[in-house]
Amino acid sequence: MTQTLRTGRAIPDRLQSPAMRALRSWESILVAVAIAIFVTNSFTSPYFLNAWNLSDATFNFTEKAMIALAMALLIISGEIDLSVASIIALASTAMGVAMQAGAGVPMLVLIGIGTGVLCGAFNGILVAGMGLPSIVVTIGTMSLFRGIAYIVLGDRAFTGYPPGFAYFGQGYVWWVFSFELVLFTVLAVIYWALLHRTSFGRAVYAIGNNATAAQFSGIRVARVKFILFLLTGLMSGIAAVCLTSRLGSTRPSIAAGFELEVVTMVVLGGVSILGGSGSILGVVLAALIMGMVTFGFGLLNVPGIVMSIFLGVLLISVIALPRLFGRK
Amino acid sequence: MEPILSLRGISKSFPGVKALQDVQLDLYPGQVTALIGENGAGKSTIVKVLTGIYQPEEGTITMDGQDLHFANAQDASKAGVTAIHQETVLFDELTVAENIWLGHAPRNRFGLIDKRAMRDGARDLLLGIGSDMDPDLRLGDLGIASKHLVAIARALSTDARVVVLDEPTAALSHKEIHELYDLVETLKAQGKAILFISHKFDEIFRIADRYTVFRDGQFVGAGAMQDVTEGQLVQMMVGRAVDQIFPTRTPQIGAPVLTVAGYDHPTEFADIRFTLHQGEILGFYGLVGAGRSEVMQALFGITTPSKGAVRIDDKFRVIRSTHDAISAGIVYVPEDRGRQGAIRGLPIFQNVTLPSLSRTGRGGFLRLAEEFKLARDYTRRLDLRAASLDQELGLLSGGNQQKVVIAKWLATKPRVIILDEPTKGIDIGSKAAVHEFMAELAAEGLAVIMVSSEIPEVLGMSDRVIVMREGRIVDEVTGGAMTPERLVRAAAGIAEAA
Repeated sequence: MTQTLRTGRAIPDRLQSPAMRALRSWESILVAVAIAIFVTNSFTSPYFLNAWNLSDATFNFTEKAMIALAMALLIISGEIDLSVASIIALASTAMGVAMQAGAGVPMLVLIGIGTGVLCGAFNGILVAGMGLPSIVVTIGTMSLFRGIAYIVLGDRAFTGYPPGFAYFGQGYVWWVFSFELVLFTVLAVIYWALLHRTSFGRAVYAIGNNATAAQFSGIRVARVKFILFLLTGLMSGIAAVCLTSRLGSTRPSIAAGFELEVVTMVVLGGVSILGGSGSILGVVLAALIMGMVTFGFGLLNVPGIVMSIFLGVLLISVIALPRLFGRK
Repeated sequence: MEPILSLRGISKSFPGVKALQDVQLDLYPGQVTALIGENGAGKSTIVKVLTGIYQPEEGTITMDGQDLHFANAQDASKAGVTAIHQETVLFDELTVAENIWLGHAPRNRFGLIDKRAMRDGARDLLLGIGSDMDPDLRLGDLGIASKHLVAIARALSTDARVVVLDEPTAALSHKEIHELYDLVETLKAQGKAILFISHKFDEIFRIADRYTVFRDGQFVGAGAMQDVTEGQLVQMMVGRAVDQIFPTRTPQIGAPVLTVAGYDHPTEFADIRFTLHQGEILGFYGLVGAGRSEVMQALFGITTPSKGAVRIDDKFRVIRSTHDAISAGIVYVPEDRGRQGAIRGLPIFQNVTLPSLSRTGRGGFLRLAEEFKLARDYTRRLDLRAASLDQELGLLSGGNQQKVVIAKWLATKPRVIILDEPTKGIDIGSKAAVHEFMAELAAEGLAVIMVSSEIPEVLGMSDRVIVMREGRIVDEVTGGAMTPERLVRAAAGIAEAA
């Protein structure tokens, strides 16, 4: 096809530089909130500004935040996975069974991650393959996966993981930087690139904004959604390895309530619960904020219930404020 | 005979469009008046004026010699005007009686809903239209024809004297249509004035007593059915002044590009076969629901036909998804722009590049500079008006959004482009730009299919026209044979005039 010359008026690529846009974004508000909490914490507790204490604090959020990275993509695409905490329970149980059968450390890791991927594939087949609503499917698998863990374990617990296994949840890569923190950082960079720098990421945004139009544009909507469920399963499996290693035991109630904290993290990070918008940077910042709030409150001996009230108020404010100030 | 209701000098405009211009309409007691006109003639608008949904800028509504002003739908309902639409708004979870009386249920002396009066009233209304349906049935358990009866009973429960039936037979089976005809007779016998809107000539000649024809928002003529022939009605519907200028072009028709044979779908269409050539604009004309969009969507991989073969440049192609279609070189600009074409929350440039990311990117990674270049090239060709390419698509006007959607498809460098109602709902200026652009595409050797329900557009743009009716191709015309009369006759299933 030859190009006809036509003198349409030139349209500038951008009116706002990316830097300007970033400055006026949700992420910059999160940075301000994070700084405010950091400063407040430093003043209210003398123990806050200590490298080892801060390092300990990261364990509050690393496992959940890993899942939040994949959950962010899933929610941007307009779906959700509420079964992530139950996937951890099932994956941890599977590792426990394997451990009792005498599996070595590499085998345990493989089984933990593999179980996560299988659970994600199961969700993915039901949602992307059969077109069922993800909120219903994953509420169902939430009970199903944890139910299996309860059947296997009853009120017992698996303990006695091999010593080498402790590294994933308790080891340090260098100085105060734990394996979990380093792993999360690497994963965050990978997910940032996946969402913001690949055509797969673009497809995720397109589907979340208008799945029909995305399909009409040649995007394989079901395939993308299936991969996203695989990824949340994968991340839940990785989180299961880290958490089991950190705790050194498996109980069927492991990671109870994680799914809501993960979703809170994602929404606080500026991902629209209706899908279509959000960024990995926002989710990482939200994870930091939640970690620091939990840690700061802990240092001040604030009861856990107050913490959850605070997080509840924070979450509602995050959703309400943009509406009050006329941002969509 | 004096009309119950008279509309005189009614005008109504919307931004960019004069929907009605100085039109008139009379409805007589005990008679059926058919309102006839093409899509876009202003039929729905006059119904909305009649039922108080739209307020006309000019004109009078007179009922029994009194001037009326309908400020809203309730006013019209109180005056005794009621409408039954193609898709009636009823509630599946309520009973028949509750549906009939919703919003104006009879009350007992405590001000509570009088269930018994409701049930008895519903039974009487239903008997009045020849149905012995149980008023306590849940609506959701009824078939579509029974639901229609409920809708009619509901319309009559307000003591309506003027009843509008807006394409009532569109969703009905043959048997149900006959029951509806009987019902219309019953209503006539009760002295109601009926306005009957339909595209089907056989049914108009069967039940209407009078006719009124609109064209392009203007009144063309009215009279008694016995004084008019089908041919005269068609003439009135389409005989228009040339008010649109289409680009002049000398088509350079080349080798066949797309060949479709024996294309069948279980419910939507059957035995579709046609060939499309390089540089050709092939028009698809038909009434709404004739199956044109369904054929195009099957070609584009949205729905899968049960059998049939598609050949592009002598190569057979199996199209199971939009992805397959795009790789085969077929693209589709959908009719429903808001839902299927535009991704309003994404920036313009991302909309343009979405199907072309494998070309602008490398190894799955995006390259923004390439994306902007592609978007710039194609939006400029379409003379897009926007503040920047980074602007959200949803902020643009309908016409400009349409340009972005077309740009998106051209950027994939297709062999065949299918445009489904490409100028529906966009302003005159953008319309002309889209037409001109289509001519250019054909001149560049693209094969173009245009689905359109607007006769002037079909005739003004196409080199050849295929007419579809009820899921089948019924006529194919080229050159001098392309007349409005022939297309309308074929689409409506009217035999050639003697």
